[in-house]
Amino acid sequence: MSSIQVDILVDARGMACPGPLLGLIGAVREGTVGEVIEVTSTDEGSKTDIPAWVAKARHDLVEVIVEDSYTRFIIRKAR
Amino acid sequence: MDDRESLSIVLFSGTDDRLSAAAILIVGAAAMNRKVDILVQYWALDAFRKQGIHKPRGASAEAGIEGWEILQRSAEELGTAHWSDIFLQAKDIGEVQIHACSQSMDIFKLSMQDLDPMVDGVQGVAAFWAAATGQVVFI
Repeated sequence: MSSIQVDILVDARGMACPGPLLGLIGAVREGTVGEVIEVTSTDEGSKTDIPAWVAKARHDLVEVIVEDSYTRFIIRKAR
Repeated sequence: MDDRESLSIVLFSGTDDRLSAAAILIVGAAAMNRKVDILVQYWALDAFRKQGIHKPRGASAEAGIEGWEILQRSAEELGTAHWSDIFLQAKDIGEVQIHACSQSMDIFKLSMQDLDPMVDGVQGVAAFWAAATGQVVFI
């Protein structure tokens, strides 16, 4: 269980690729530096897409938590 | 000098499945900070007409009727965005230029007023190749 305070939650469960990634990008653009965004996704592609985008866009992937039927991605807006 | 990786993509086919596949590639490239140059020709250009950009345009031959039905069902079930809306998202998050092929404009007797506003302008083939310093994808 993560103890990190989440500022913005993007519930992208049920969305097809690349919906969850686009939801994250939108949240990062609207957020302020230092804020923590959680994306929940049932899309398998998110497992590769979200870490790849976070690295490319130079934000911080704080944690990836695999739940039974979905995955939670915790990202901190770094710049 | 822009030293980012680029993607040059030629849209030829005007069917919903191929345009959707192209839209996914383009939005992903834009998300990954690639500069994207799109040249729209032939049947794809017809799909970018201002009137009826959302109208169903069927699937490519290999999909068949069954494949087309699968695509329509999945769009409903997954709430997938229409390809034209994914193109708009790509333009919103990255540097994506959409140009109509000048020759196709002549063939179909089109002017910019006939095309969706997301099309940035008309381009000749030499200008496309001048900008195409990276990979080129033809769909």
